Amino acid sequence: MLEIRDIRKTFNPGTINEKHALNGVSLKLQDGDFVTIIGGNGAGKSTMLNAIAGVWPVDSGQILIDGTDVSGLPEHRRAPLLGRVFQDPMTGTAAGMTIEENLALAARRGKKRTLRWSVTNSQRSRYRDLLKMLDLGLEDRLTAKVGLLSGGQRQALTLLMATLERPRLLLLDEHTAALDPKTAAKVLSLTRQLVREQQLTTLMVTHNMKDALQYGNRTIMMNDGRIIVDIEQETKLRLRVEDLLQMFEQSSGAALDNDRMLLGNV
Amino acid sequence: MEAILGYFSSLNPAALLRAAPGGIAQGLVWGMMALGVYMTFRMLNIADMTVDGSFAAGGAVCIMLVLNGCDPSLALIAAFFTGVIAGSVTGFLHTVLGIPDILAGILTQISLYSINLNIMGRANQAVNVNKVSFYITSNVKVLGQTIAVTGVFCAAAIALLWWYLGTQHGSALRATGINEQMARAQGINTNAMKVIGLALGDGLVALSGAMLSQYQGFADVNMGRGAIVIGLAAVIIGEVLGQAFLRKRLNLWLTLLFVVLGSVIYYLVYVFVLWLKFPADDMKLLTAVVVALFLAVPYLRDRKKNSFRRLTRRNADSGKGA
Repeated sequence: MLEIRDIRKTFNPGTINEKHALNGVSLKLQDGDFVTIIGGNGAGKSTMLNAIAGVWPVDSGQILIDGTDVSGLPEHRRAPLLGRVFQDPMTGTAAGMTIEENLALAARRGKKRTLRWSVTNSQRSRYRDLLKMLDLGLEDRLTAKVGLLSGGQRQALTLLMATLERPRLLLLDEHTAALDPKTAAKVLSLTRQLVREQQLTTLMVTHNMKDALQYGNRTIMMNDGRIIVDIEQETKLRLRVEDLLQMFEQSSGAALDNDRMLLGNV
Repeated sequence: MEAILGYFSSLNPAALLRAAPGGIAQGLVWGMMALGVYMTFRMLNIADMTVDGSFAAGGAVCIMLVLNGCDPSLALIAAFFTGVIAGSVTGFLHTVLGIPDILAGILTQISLYSINLNIMGRANQAVNVNKVSFYITSNVKVLGQTIAVTGVFCAAAIALLWWYLGTQHGSALRATGINEQMARAQGINTNAMKVIGLALGDGLVALSGAMLSQYQGFADVNMGRGAIVIGLAAVIIGEVLGQAFLRKRLNLWLTLLFVVLGSVIYYLVYVFVLWLKFPADDMKLLTAVVVALFLAVPYLRDRKKNSFRRLTRRNADSGKGA
């Protein structure tokens, strides 16, 4: 489904700020895989997701989705294949537009944008039903500006937008990191529900080791721009957070240095 | 005291009434330009400096076409497309060549100065208004007709913009102006959207310049100088008034309407200030001060709520009490 072949990326090459963000990452995903990604600060988790999304071109290597090489395509041309939710709840939605306008934008992802009305009545009723599922009271606020919503509401809406048109691959970049624990749990369970219903192939970066083990059928651990541990479902079910920390130390030769991650597991 | 009395007795209320219709007509002509500025400044979030040049380009193209026997209505259409090209050039400089938006606009603007001189062959060109019949003219006898025609033009532009911005394509453009990262993640080609928005905005600006050139019967290479400031003034006056009168009922088409009204009010105030014998040379200074004040208000209001000095004072006061 998704195949990454030895991708590399260096930021600010030849300067004092040179950073080898990806040092030969290879990864193969099966259809329907739900992979959680963990790793320390600057391990390359978000960078890998950005590489797949095409925020910038990689220095070398290939990214294939369904056998097609997309590594030469700009971000907006890969978007039809991808649903994305970002860490910052402000990033995934347009604050100055209404809830229904945001959803309508997402509904046209990968389709031609014509001179027809962006929101029609039939769409409205569909949006209302979908929003009801979120259980956040948004179904009665279709014409409210998204800027008036809380971070959690915006993140839930972004998730809905990412899956409104079934993406081939769902990219979640620490999408609950900026939320309070209660809201984060709600957004996570919504994530699980949507992924299950649509049988989405998903890559989820998380700072919470418990979540990493609890969610998905596969977990990968990154360090220094590489994938250092790849855990399949059978192993995953037996693992505890302590085992995970130990595996990390063994593979990387250093203690895990993700401040948020450690705080989150106290 | 005597001087003040003398000043007031020298003011002639009848003269003000006579000047008002001209102010309304000019306000409507510039209202078209304000719609173009609204398009770039508010929808794309780009302060498009091209407009000073594209405004004059619209006037120059219109007058030269009419001088060469072209129908005045066709000349307006040609002027619109001249603006479209100017805006596209700015868009190209910004998106393809990576030049910051403001600088890209300034570069197009300054190049248009030379281009406009080339179009006209000299700094200004006039049409003999007794030989050509314009629908838009400053002739006081048919000023009512001018106001009606420019009013219909503005109404049509408002309707078209309102419609476009509500379509799938138009909302993609709005999303680009609000949140580029989100727009790209939704598969929107943000660079293309910016070029389209700038082209459309400058098209309206050039159309406005052409309308003004017909109104006054001539085009001048300097007619667009400071146009961006007048456009911004109209946008801001319109928005402030719209929010004051309608509050939450202010939707897109009403905002567009108020932007045009903002331009009319600007020109009525202009006429009034001139009537007060304010030196005409200082009008641009006055405009700039007004725009600066209005732009600063939201910022200062926020600062008032979040001010270190206020907190210090408040803490000092409560310290005394305790």
